[in-house]
Amino acid sequence: MSDAIQVAKSSKPKASHFSVGELMRSPAMGAFVGMVLVFCIFAAFGFHKNFLSVFGIANWMNFASMIGIVAIPVGFLMIAGELDISVGAIMPASAMTLGILCGPYELPLGLGMIITFAMAAGIGLINGILVTRTQVPSFIVTLATLFAVGGLTLTLSVIFVNRPQVAYEAPELAKALLGDRYFGFRASVFWWILLSAALYFVLHKSPWGNWIFAVGGDAESARNAGIPVNRLKISLFVLSAVCTAFAGMLQVAAFNSAQSATNFPLIFNTIIACVVGGVLLTGGFGTLIGIFFGTMTLGIVQQGIGYTDIDRNLSQLIIGVMLLAAVLMNGTFQKLATSWSTSKKED
Amino acid sequence: MSDTKNVLELRNVDKSFGPIDVLHKINLSVRAGEVLCLLGDNGAGKSTLIKTMAGVHAPTRGEILMDGKPISFRGPKAAQEAGIACVHQFGGTFPLMSISRSFFAGVEPTIGWGPFKVFDRKKANDIAVHEVRNFGITRIEDGDRLVGGLSGGERQSLAIARAVYFGARVLILDEPTAALGVKQSAHVLRIVNEAKRRGLAVIFITHQVMHALAVGDHFAVLIRGSIAADFKKGDKTREEIADLMAGGESMADLEEKVGIEA
Ligand SMILES: Nc1ncnc2c1ncn2[C@@H]1O[C@H](COP(=O)(O)OP(=O)(O)O)[C@@H](O)[C@H]1O
Ligand SMILES: [Mg+2]
Repeated sequence: MSDAIQVAKSSKPKASHFSVGELMRSPAMGAFVGMVLVFCIFAAFGFHKNFLSVFGIANWMNFASMIGIVAIPVGFLMIAGELDISVGAIMPASAMTLGILCGPYELPLGLGMIITFAMAAGIGLINGILVTRTQVPSFIVTLATLFAVGGLTLTLSVIFVNRPQVAYEAPELAKALLGDRYFGFRASVFWWILLSAALYFVLHKSPWGNWIFAVGGDAESARNAGIPVNRLKISLFVLSAVCTAFAGMLQVAAFNSAQSATNFPLIFNTIIACVVGGVLLTGGFGTLIGIFFGTMTLGIVQQGIGYTDIDRNLSQLIIGVMLLAAVLMNGTFQKLATSWSTSKKED
Repeated sequence: MSDTKNVLELRNVDKSFGPIDVLHKINLSVRAGEVLCLLGDNGAGKSTLIKTMAGVHAPTRGEILMDGKPISFRGPKAAQEAGIACVHQFGGTFPLMSISRSFFAGVEPTIGWGPFKVFDRKKANDIAVHEVRNFGITRIEDGDRLVGGLSGGERQSLAIARAVYFGARVLILDEPTAALGVKQSAHVLRIVNEAKRRGLAVIFITHQVMHALAVGDHFAVLIRGSIAADFKKGDKTREEIADLMAGGESMADLEEKVGIEA
């Protein structure tokens, strides 16, 4: 029987790395096509209402950037097989913390930011530790922290400033870096792009990215392979909380005020951006570029719709249909991607 | 048999979970370049036995020796580092990851420095494809293909090639052919043979007599947690082995019970 073993003498190098087939099967492709489609339809219906003007585009990009900065780390967690909905409370909690510390309490902005980041990291740490220690699904754990943090934010706001919101105007340099508009685009858009580039490197180039996919693919096998599964998950919850806190700070810098009400739409928007961007809800699959396009699509449908003749009330319907289409497409892309090599099966 | 050649040896190993005794006085050994087939009915304690070898459970009594020296593992990770690799029924690979990323999960080769280390895709692809092809899976040419596109047998083979590449000396396979068809099973058996040829000690759990006979050098039958029989390939006829695997009953007995008149 052993003579049946064929020992390979050579493995031929591949002719080219960049094939159209490869591109078409990329999970980011679906998100890109979807975005282009939505963009074209909206451009057609919004041509005379300046949808295509710089200000039209900046308008929905500004909106998308606040979602995008949160959606990327949330997407990382989804790829690792977890969810984080506490972001809806972490964003106002961070905005209020910064606003109160640097506004009425007159702390320097740098110190206020450090304290705010530390506070958010603490919440992320609690999320991560609870999820990894208790085996309770992260949906439930972060649902609990969502309400706990949301309630605490409201209560503490009233205690410290007697109101559920606070006004704070950042110093000039900080405002230029974090809040101002350039050609209509707010600083948050540039931060979003920068963060995307940095986290693209982490997810797709660094070994950590490999761990994230492995943990979401099969946590048990990942553990057997020596990947520190719990530590990785805890770090991802911290990353998501810290990025959300940063988005909250950008909001304060842009609007000179902070609100303490829980941001429920943010929860849905981040999850929709990820799913429309091709991230599998079951974990183990997704791309950063996909999440980026998914967020842009969401921005066009929710915000860019104001620059078109399309009835604003239709945006939720469009999002619902898009979400369904995306989930179905994701399944197809997954099948395509895995069956790709089976196509030349010998039996 | 000389002790020095045994890679892994169990001496009078008992394992109980609280009041439940699962394994009694297990004496068993495997040598390098040998396939030990562990046979037995469902619930006989096969999985418990291999988990004890792989550091998942600590033996309640008795000792485990590796290369003749007593050893105790703090956990499955410690056993892995000592060279004991377990490959589970579904291969323990990540269906939506590429072959090379899956092959190197947890031990990624990198280029660059500090926080800017980059996964060395080319090196990972070259090594993974080379190793897998060396195990006879010539269909795999591209390390970027997803593991989910491989057949069940190929996934098993990938997992085995991975274990061997990372220095496994004892390969434990828990029913690797249970979920596979005839052709895929043959594939896995060929890989088992190749691992043996490379000098690994293989512990192969199976229900199928044919699969055991095809690759086994040494057979141990577990009945209700005790070794009921332990013999070498030439020691018993195929019929006797088949009867033992059927739980110690002969085919004739079974036919009688089922009510087939001879
Ligand atoms: N962790 C455990 N606690 C209690 N009983 C166990 C445990 N693991 C296995 N057993 C018992 O040990 C017996 C043997 O199980 P197992 O090793 O899985 O058998 P096999 O793999 O041969 O089918 C079974 O009766 C099972 O209920
Ligand atoms: Mg079993």
